[in-house]
Amino acid sequence: MRALPALTAITLTSGFGLAFFYAPMDADQGFMQKIFYVHVPLGIVALCGFVLGGIMGIQHLRTGDRRYDLRSYVAIHLSLILGVGVLLTGSIWAKASWGAWWVWDEPTLVSFLIVFLLYACYQPLRFSIEDPEKQARYASVFAVTAGAFVPLNFIAVRLAQAVIHPRVFATADGGLPAKMQLAFTVCLLGMALLYVTLWRYEMAAKQASWSLRSLKRRLGGDEAVAARGRSAAPSLPVT
Amino acid sequence: MRQAVGAVLRKDLQLELRAPQAVPAMALFSVTTLVVFHFALQRNTVEGELAAGVLSVTLLFAAMLGISRLFVAEREEGGFDAFLLAPVDRTALLVAKALALLCFLVAVEVVLVPAFALLLLGPGLDAGTVAQLAGLLLLVDAGIAVVGTLVSAIAVQTRTRDLLVPLLGLPLLIPVVIGLARGATPLFLEAGAEALPGRWLLVLALYDLTFGLLAYALFDYLVED
Repeated sequence: MRALPALTAITLTSGFGLAFFYAPMDADQGFMQKIFYVHVPLGIVALCGFVLGGIMGIQHLRTGDRRYDLRSYVAIHLSLILGVGVLLTGSIWAKASWGAWWVWDEPTLVSFLIVFLLYACYQPLRFSIEDPEKQARYASVFAVTAGAFVPLNFIAVRLAQAVIHPRVFATADGGLPAKMQLAFTVCLLGMALLYVTLWRYEMAAKQASWSLRSLKRRLGGDEAVAARGRSAAPSLPVT
Repeated sequence: MRQAVGAVLRKDLQLELRAPQAVPAMALFSVTTLVVFHFALQRNTVEGELAAGVLSVTLLFAAMLGISRLFVAEREEGGFDAFLLAPVDRTALLVAKALALLCFLVAVEVVLVPAFALLLLGPGLDAGTVAQLAGLLLLVDAGIAVVGTLVSAIAVQTRTRDLLVPLLGLPLLIPVVIGLARGATPLFLEAGAEALPGRWLLVLALYDLTFGLLAYALFDYLVED
């Protein structure tokens, strides 16, 4: 647990260091292209997080173990936060290279917005179901549906582009020079590690507050613990 | 399974025939939306992309009305409990409700498409175009019915039912909108209808299949208690 935050900090720092000092300047876009090393890893990690939330949702429905619901919740919650970052950095990049804050002919950006809008309903959905057991079950069904929707939506939106926008970086594996590729890979790895670190911290915080509640209850009886208000966050049955 | 589906479907259709509620509301709403489009777009006729867009939006929003009402009777009159007591597969409820919604949507389109052709559409519709449009709409309806049933079953158990249905349903149905808008555009061209691009039928069929299987796998968890 200790080593992970340090590893994350080192990888991310060296990734950004490589991006700024090692990777060559883009001939076309110049310095602005450096945002690519933040924007694309953020997007990839956020989407993987959404799909991970769906997989945890399947596990929850199959086993009935509420800890999987917590994992699914944390995965989606973090991906939503990263998603805000993706949309902001994407907007800045679009403004810099195409002159507009939003472009509709960039299929990846549009698909991401749709996915983000869908997942923005996840918390309101949880919040509007009071019974914790039912909340967990319905949230998992949503997580699985939305997780399957992510790839399908990307296919549909990409097909809808009559004229494919001239892409500066053909794809991450295609037209990228080797030096850029290296910097990008380290950045992606760093971002994935950041996600895992944050995930573990949030899980630890949630579990600690539950242990605290059940310890208080064991010491002082039921009245020692304030009744839990309605919440979007999942809860484990107090033992 | 077939018996249970038939019974629930018959119940829904009979309810709708005896005390029409969803279909007239959806049909009226869709015609009103066309009038709204006339004033909002400031156009007397539409064609091509604009026509396909108007049709897609009208159908989608009308469908939202039906979707949010789909399970209300079950919830309020204890139909869920009765269904759970019956020794039948729970998936039967999904299939029956999706078929009922499909019937409602087809009934709405029987009103909507002629009204659209009469009120707003610039180029006329011939028999071949109508047949192609019907095929496209059927695939669209299947997608809306499956996803709508799933969304409705989730939303009906929450305190904010009517708010959640469009919030969950609209993003999930974006691929259907893309398919309908892209597929219908060549049918409504000013210069005369062109053939329906098969690619969009394929995308819609893929969408219907994926969400059909997904709903089939997940629906059991939505009617437990």
